[in-house]
Amino acid sequence: MSDVSVYESPIHNSPTYGLMAEFDSAEELVTAAHKTHAAGYKKLDAYSPFPIEGLAEAIGFHKNRVALVVLIGGLTGLISAYSLQYWVAVITYPTNVGGRPYHSWPSFIIVCFELTILFGGLSAVIGMLALNGLPMPYHPVFNVPEFAKASEDKFFLIVFSSDPQYDAAATRSFLSSLAPRMIAEVPS
Amino acid sequence: MAANAQIPVEDRRVPVIAPGHTFSTITEKISNIVLKRPISLGWIFGFLIVFGMMNMLMVALGYLFIKGTGIWGINIPIGWGFAIVNFVWWIGIGHAGTLISAILALLRQTWRNSINRFAEAMTLFAVACAGIFPLVHTGRPWLAYWLFPYPNTMRYWPNFRSPLVWDVFAVSTYLTISLVFWFMGLIPDLATLRDRAENIWLQRIYGMLAMGWRNSARHWHRYETAYLLLAGLATPLVLSVHTVVSFDFAVGIVPGWHTTIFPPYFVAGAIYSGFAMVLCLAIPIRAIYGLKDFITERHLENAAKVMLATGLIVAYGYAMEAFMGWYSGNQYDSFLLWNRLHGPYRFWYAALLACNIFIPQVLWLRKFRISTGWLWLISFVVLVGMWLERFIIVIVSLTRDFVTSSWGMYYPTKWDWMTFAGTIGMFLTFMWLFVRVLPMISIFELRSLLPEAQVHEAEEVKQ
Repeated sequence: MSDVSVYESPIHNSPTYGLMAEFDSAEELVTAAHKTHAAGYKKLDAYSPFPIEGLAEAIGFHKNRVALVVLIGGLTGLISAYSLQYWVAVITYPTNVGGRPYHSWPSFIIVCFELTILFGGLSAVIGMLALNGLPMPYHPVFNVPEFAKASEDKFFLIVFSSDPQYDAAATRSFLSSLAPRMIAEVPS
Repeated sequence: MAANAQIPVEDRRVPVIAPGHTFSTITEKISNIVLKRPISLGWIFGFLIVFGMMNMLMVALGYLFIKGTGIWGINIPIGWGFAIVNFVWWIGIGHAGTLISAILALLRQTWRNSINRFAEAMTLFAVACAGIFPLVHTGRPWLAYWLFPYPNTMRYWPNFRSPLVWDVFAVSTYLTISLVFWFMGLIPDLATLRDRAENIWLQRIYGMLAMGWRNSARHWHRYETAYLLLAGLATPLVLSVHTVVSFDFAVGIVPGWHTTIFPPYFVAGAIYSGFAMVLCLAIPIRAIYGLKDFITERHLENAAKVMLATGLIVAYGYAMEAFMGWYSGNQYDSFLLWNRLHGPYRFWYAALLACNIFIPQVLWLRKFRISTGWLWLISFVVLVGMWLERFIIVIVSLTRDFVTSSWGMYYPTKWDWMTFAGTIGMFLTFMWLFVRVLPMISIFELRSLLPEAQVHEAEEVKQ
């Protein structure tokens, strides 16, 4: 599965983006997410005001590629730092200091280290944002007024209308069986 | 039931968050400081003072740009002076922020969640203050970009075998990583502010800064991975920065600088002064903004313990310097020891020992660790002591090195003092603004500390 999922995109063909259910606690949300995923819904997402262990797994999202991005970033930093220093100190601007070798690699270690961290760290943040599809100024979920509480104390589950098993009436009745506080249709 | 078996002993320590809080009270309490709380006269009055001090820095730097570094007390043999003393002091203060946010995160010290946000802000502001000094010390700050390797018409490149070039990379990496670490931690809280702001402009500003964060489980999953990796990268980084700063000294051959103990001793000193600054800021802030529920006695006590431990490492560093002065049999090293104890700067050295080693030992007593007044005072003393340490290292070594004919004395001028005091004003000005425009405690990380945030049933449901 691609890391940047299509159904996370705000652009949608159907007039309904999905059905959203609101829950009171983290426990309820995780339970509901497990049940929804077990019921065969694959295109769903959950929202919580803080990271909940196991929630991403509950909606079937097990692996992200951030670590790979950071590894590539860090190695890029390391290789560029070493090649830059080698090129400067040995090829383009050699300085003879007391007859010491131009390729004095021990003194290159620090800049290599720093640039590894710099590139790795920047790739962690930029990679995380890019894989998350952020910045994204508009998103349909914000059309639900109650959703403002997702950043405070409420927990939400959404089944996207792009899910093959999605059916306005059936999905709604399934979600009500999970005993949410409310169910809202999310216009796209 | 396995979960219960893991906690057989009752935790009798003061909790990290005072009992009775919910997700919503935490959110409200912290975000209201930014969104609802009116600006008090005290805030304005304090701001005028610190902003005035910051303007003094602008005057001092403006005059410096006109006249050059001759307005300072530096002259051969003391070429470094206040600029380097203050640079090392400020950079050191920044270290506590990264230690709290990165190292304590890796060690799963949950108490860090209440203090990491403003400690990281403190890091940024301290590094910004630190950065000014080497820049203006170059004498021609408008050419400071020459420090970076870039293709230029002079066909010149930096010398990568010089510790001063390493420093450029270490400090700029440190600033960048601290900034993105801090900003990344802010994103979910900016989303909270966006959702809670009633003013359309505030909604837009916080909304733009939050970049459309919507608390999605997939986003959190990547966010947590990125945060953990960033913490893992920042951990060696913070240890490396002061190590590289110490190389500026240790690679030189001046007595008192040329020692292998410098890197660990500098790093410990940095964390020492950083925690002192965290306490100096946290104690008044928690009282003024009513945050004693989140920054509890536990935080103050833990910070005091870190200070005590790093202070002892610093004391070991001093002891080893003195020991090597005697044991090495090197006449310059033993003279340096004599000169510190009996030379013209002996009172400064005595003050240093008092501030950094003797006075903080009272922290062994719990009474001093939990009394906010005493703790604030001791932290302040440590800040002074750590500044004196850098003064002793830079000045005492340079004033009297190898050849007696080239000895001298260092007298800082009023411009030196104005620049130093000015950076304190700049640091405090940023801090003053920070507490009013951004959540100074990480809201989402505090939410995750509440017992309601723990999910237990997940295992059974999977079946």
